Amino acid sequence: MERGETAVRAEIALRVNGEERRVVADTRTSLLDLLRERLGLTGSKKGCDHGQCGACTVLVDGRRVNACLALAVAHQGADVVTVEGLADGDEPHPLQRAFVENDAFQCGYCTPGQLCSAVGVLAEAARGWPSHVTADLAADGVELDEAEIRERMSGNICRCGAYPGIVAAIREAAGGGTAR
Amino acid sequence: MELGAPLDRVEGWDKVAGRARYSGEQRVAGVCHAVAVQAEIAHGEVLAVDATAARAVPGVIDVLAYGDAPALADTSDFELAVLQSPRVAYRGQIVAAVVAETLEIARHAQRLVRVTYDELGHDVELTPDHPGLYRPEKISPDDPPDTGEGEETPAEVSVDVTYETPAFHNNPMEPHATLAVWEGDHLTLYDSTQGAAAQRDALAALLGMPAERVRVVAHHVGGGFGSKGVPPRPNSVLAALCARRVGRPVKLAVTRQQMFSITGYRTPTFQRMRIGASKDGRIADIEHHVIEQTSTAREFAEQSGVVTRMMYAARARRTTHRLARLDVPVNSWMRAPGECPGMYALESAMDELAEACGIDPVELRIRNEPERDPDSGNPFSSRRLVECLRLGAERFGWSSRPEPGTRREGRHLVGMGVAAATYPAAARPAQALARVADDGSFTVSIAAADIGTGARTALTQIAADALGVPVARVRVEIGDSALPYGPLAGGSMGNASWGWAVLRACEGLRDGIARYGGAEPGLECRADTSGEIKNQEAYARHSFGAQFAEVRVDVDSGEIRVPRMLGVFAAGRVMNARLARSQFVGGMVMGLGMALTEESRMDREFGDYLNHDLAQYHVPVNADVLGIDAIWLDDPDPHANPLGGKGIGEIGIVGAAAAIGNAVHNATGHRFRRLPISPPSVIPHLP
Ligand code: FES
Ligand code: FES
Repeated sequence: MERGETAVRAEIALRVNGEERRVVADTRTSLLDLLRERLGLTGSKKGCDHGQCGACTVLVDGRRVNACLALAVAHQGADVVTVEGLADGDEPHPLQRAFVENDAFQCGYCTPGQLCSAVGVLAEAARGWPSHVTADLAADGVELDEAEIRERMSGNICRCGAYPGIVAAIREAAGGGTAR
Repeated sequence: MELGAPLDRVEGWDKVAGRARYSGEQRVAGVCHAVAVQAEIAHGEVLAVDATAARAVPGVIDVLAYGDAPALADTSDFELAVLQSPRVAYRGQIVAAVVAETLEIARHAQRLVRVTYDELGHDVELTPDHPGLYRPEKISPDDPPDTGEGEETPAEVSVDVTYETPAFHNNPMEPHATLAVWEGDHLTLYDSTQGAAAQRDALAALLGMPAERVRVVAHHVGGGFGSKGVPPRPNSVLAALCARRVGRPVKLAVTRQQMFSITGYRTPTFQRMRIGASKDGRIADIEHHVIEQTSTAREFAEQSGVVTRMMYAARARRTTHRLARLDVPVNSWMRAPGECPGMYALESAMDELAEACGIDPVELRIRNEPERDPDSGNPFSSRRLVECLRLGAERFGWSSRPEPGTRREGRHLVGMGVAAATYPAAARPAQALARVADDGSFTVSIAAADIGTGARTALTQIAADALGVPVARVRVEIGDSALPYGPLAGGSMGNASWGWAVLRACEGLRDGIARYGGAEPGLECRADTSGEIKNQEAYARHSFGAQFAEVRVDVDSGEIRVPRMLGVFAAGRVMNARLARSQFVGGMVMGLGMALTEESRMDREFGDYLNHDLAQYHVPVNADVLGIDAIWLDDPDPHANPLGGKGIGEIGIVGAAAAIGNAVHNATGHRFRRLPISPPSVIPHLP
């Protein structure tokens, strides 16, 4: 865009945490900024805005995505789940409970991203998607042992160093380590 | 007893639900966005700021720059005198700001601001023989730069080595963000800060306002590690200026890249250690000579040599600090300033001395236990380093440590290392208010900060314990300068300081309830600990610990993995076992990064930190952290404060890098004296 030009705006329709949302927004708006600044969903965090920390991780059509790297306008019609949408009404998601019980955070700023990422990990393992440390690439499911969890969660930085708690919480939520 | 219990974090559910609001996340009508423009030279003057193109962008509200910005009342601190002079002291300094209706517009317009400079040459590189080295008047917080006592005597065994550490950046996960709201002549700042009250006082002085007209709110802070301490960072000042100028609430979020120049970092160091000892390992002379940098914008003298003043017995002792004043961003506190880099050098040198004497490194440290604090001559309030070392050695399986460079398992060389840890245990005056709420529950208020330490939870436990009621009946309000004065979260003093005031307020309220004959709503008690703290007896108060690490060095790639780390701490009474473990382990994780991956590289050409983002500055990720655990002695210290706690936020990082470095030496037989110990430096020394 050149100097003086007016921003291009577009109507963006999304399903966010089960609700239809329509916003007219600058087409340069990232999905993260749309959530935080336009929809008031500040649960998703901005740690770097460059896809380097994972604090902004949300689920888009069931897959984990760095919302800071996604242009909102490119996700018309998508189904977005943020940390605010993980609980089932008043009933916390098992991962939310496990994070509290295993003290899987300190400052909590990376936590929404860790949680959404972990939801993604459980689904990926259930589908049998291998990771860099998976020994048997042909197996039906992946056993989420500590090495698998660490590997798959390494896109989510925690400067407080709560990693041991994060791994313990995900193992617990994965049902003692397996998600088949 | 609620104290010590592993209670869940009281704000834990808010954090996992995404309900906890950090700075800049508050909903305010009419908010607009500011983005800082940073200097592209490291030294010189701004000649002109041409904002014509930026202002022409629809949605841009204003552009601020030197000569076109509200004036500050106090410009004595150059770093905080934002937009008050044309001088540029470092690359990345704030030289202008764009305020716009949306973040997208502000960011676009920011790139259209043209700044021209009169460029003077820059000097940004710290070298051990920098011609400008000088002795600062004092080192942080308020200590002499040099100390010396005793006569040097010829030693049977000596070590004379220099260690080098690079600059490190704090990198809390939450970038510094501020939402500034003016209502008439009152300013409210929602700000990422480790101390709402101190931040208020500093901002009020800068703006020339009475403190009563400034309020700083920081309910949740996404980590700080010193970078959100006082004095404030320039971004907070800029947000206040922008909001005053445009007459609307302004949100200003520092970007991750900007954090590498405007929110502080740890100085690089060169540390020469000279230790002379008898053959049986008893230290005769010890010297610690520190060379560091400071910015021309503001002096900060990191106290890296202080550990050598108090750690071990010796007949003669000398410590010095010299600084080079460079055209670099302002360095400041990062987790355990002083102790962290200082103990890396001292504890690495102790390992070298142990090897030179042929004595086990655990035993060497035990042999050099001082009876009193060598620095002040005062007795230690408690010093249980020897127990930490012994317990750790037993738990870690220290007796199976191999001879250096001898254990090979497949592709890996394996080794173990140990280092001691220490951190001062101080408390600062604080005030607290405890009162009976309308529903008969209790509310305790203090301008404390929870930056992830668990302060809100620990204070709730302290209050419940003092009131003799379950924690569910106590609500602790913190993170707001409008509450009774609390010092900042720093120097591992937070819980000792706030907890002390909370304890006294709750004790007083409990007495009041007894006198009144019931918990009548509205009953309250205020406490102020300044008198008690002033009258504390003369003790040397420190926490101690022992860090153990095992490393595996890949002989082909030079990659170093740390399968096990164990920290054993004697850090006073622990208020919450679960949260304390997280604090210790978190510090050790940061120490792992310091040892192996973290390094801010100075770009000589342009004059700022080159690898200024999280893709290039490598903090530990989940896959780096294998078996890290922390345990502690039951160690209430009655001489520390009435709660017996000593502070646990920083000691976890102290000694961690030395333990890993010493383990790498044990594995490879080679001594690496520069951090981080990365594959390119390791490979030439592998078999
Ligand atoms: S904010 Fe998106 S990855 Fe860091
Ligand atoms: S909890 Fe603070 S960054 Fe993870």
